[in-house]
Amino acid sequence: MAIYFQKREVVVPGQLLAEGRYRPSYGTYDENGKIYSTLVGLAELRGNTVKVVALEGAYIPKEGDLVVGIITTVAGNNWKVDIGGPYGASLHANNALRRPYSDDISEYMDIGDVISAEVLAFDRQIGPFLSMKGRGLRVLEKGMLLDVSPAKIPRIIGRRGSMINMITDHLRIQTVVGQNGRIWIKAPDIASLRLTIKAIKTIETQAHTSNLTERINTMLAAEVAQLRPAAPSKKAGKKTEKQAEDEVAEVEQSADVGDETIEAVENDRDLESDMEDYLDEESETTASDDAEDESDDTVENEDVKK
Amino acid sequence: MSPETKPDYLISPEGLRVDGRRPDELRPVELKVGVLKQADGSASIRQGKTYIIAGVYGPRELHPRHLALNDKAYLRVVYRMATFSVPDRKKPAPSRREKEISMVIANALSPALFLEEFPRAVIDVFIQVIQADGGTRCASINAASLALADAGIPMRSLVPAVAVGKADGVIIVDLGDEEDKYGQGDVPIAILPPTDEITLLQQDGFFTRDELLEAIQMGIGSCKYLHELQKDALKRAYVRKTPDGEPVEEEDEFEDDLETDLGEADMPEEDE
Repeated sequence: MAIYFQKREVVVPGQLLAEGRYRPSYGTYDENGKIYSTLVGLAELRGNTVKVVALEGAYIPKEGDLVVGIITTVAGNNWKVDIGGPYGASLHANNALRRPYSDDISEYMDIGDVISAEVLAFDRQIGPFLSMKGRGLRVLEKGMLLDVSPAKIPRIIGRRGSMINMITDHLRIQTVVGQNGRIWIKAPDIASLRLTIKAIKTIETQAHTSNLTERINTMLAAEVAQLRPAAPSKKAGKKTEKQAEDEVAEVEQSADVGDETIEAVENDRDLESDMEDYLDEESETTASDDAEDESDDTVENEDVKK
Repeated sequence: MSPETKPDYLISPEGLRVDGRRPDELRPVELKVGVLKQADGSASIRQGKTYIIAGVYGPRELHPRHLALNDKAYLRVVYRMATFSVPDRKKPAPSRREKEISMVIANALSPALFLEEFPRAVIDVFIQVIQADGGTRCASINAASLALADAGIPMRSLVPAVAVGKADGVIIVDLGDEEDKYGQGDVPIAILPPTDEITLLQQDGFFTRDELLEAIQMGIGSCKYLHELQKDALKRAYVRKTPDGEPVEEEDEFEDDLETDLGEADMPEEDE
């Protein structure tokens, strides 16, 4: 009966973590009653279960995960979807469309389209199957995709979506965060898009440090103040309105103790309505929509180069 | 041929080697983790004048498909020497020796990996020898195992490796280029440190039974030392990623936002 690590210590593969009546869990293995780490990560003890939180790693699908995928092939009544990681997913038309649907399913979604979907089934022998029957699962139009390490996604979402909600609140953007390390961002202007990317990249590089939510909050607050120095009264008014909405959302959240990602989507929807208000108020934004899209694309390309 | 000539002796009258080392002394080893930006995991090793970079990609989809294994991931190791890594220009085409060493390294590493976690996928390990000065296959294993850990691939243990040999009748550890060329034998060894299982053992030259047993014991001892260096290098790489060298002591600060959100989405809460 002994534990050989500090709380949240960085451990390496093969390091002895515990001995005796402990249970091995994710990121560990058991040999002759001794528990060793299999990963580089942060060791943790929960109850009598020892686990290691990975700091790196490819995306391995899990049932119920929300993922952001890119359609690579249309085959009969299936779409093949790239969701990153070693396994390509497939999405059957029955799991995406309401019947009756046309024989040529590329009318609905075609190669290159970006979608948010849920992992229906995956057991390492038969590749992951996706479904788009669910709230907020749809074709993601416009906006851009950001690739991050899948191991950092829980941190980007934060506890019950705290981190991502904070970012979207600050910047009035729409996001969908996939467990596969892809983040879709739709921002009203380039400046807030850049800021979002900066915030997410900061989280990614500093994922295992303390007090991150607070630091990102301060950083964003400062940057947003610089970005929108004018019309503080209008913003304040909006803020209270949004807070009221958030409270409603929170009640909903506490009702279901479900996945964080779903919550993120829920909030996303709140934001969507919020966004519409925002666009209504400033109709010029909608007028210059096309120009905006073009610039969106350039940012995307920049990111690919990185 | 080579501008180098055979030294007069490999072991001096005082019992020291050509570069002044004691028989059981390693060359200075410098390990770095995370040296490549594009690779999923990477590491470099400097061991004497030997300099090697290893990059790991994956697990990822395997092409061509027919190589896929249905019960585990395919470990594809490619060991290559740069044309300028040796005194005479090495021809850039893959040589028989390179292919053999690639296989030997894959065999040495695969017992350490949980390959069965990624059936049908591939884990690519690319090893590039920038400068060769003896012991490249062992140095490659050291670097590759660090790169695998850096890529977040689950493994039983890091894999340290070292070459033991014989020169002028004395068993010596970590052969340099001259000792390799003009010595009497060479035994590369790789182990899995928790259990001392041997995953690589080759031999050329003549050894008596006792000499070989002594060589293996020396090799295991040196591997343990290298293993400490590997663990150190890996921890250093990850602790350094903390911004402004913040110490990890502030325990109470973790409580607020780090407590549960890290990895929570990876694993459902299990009942005791």
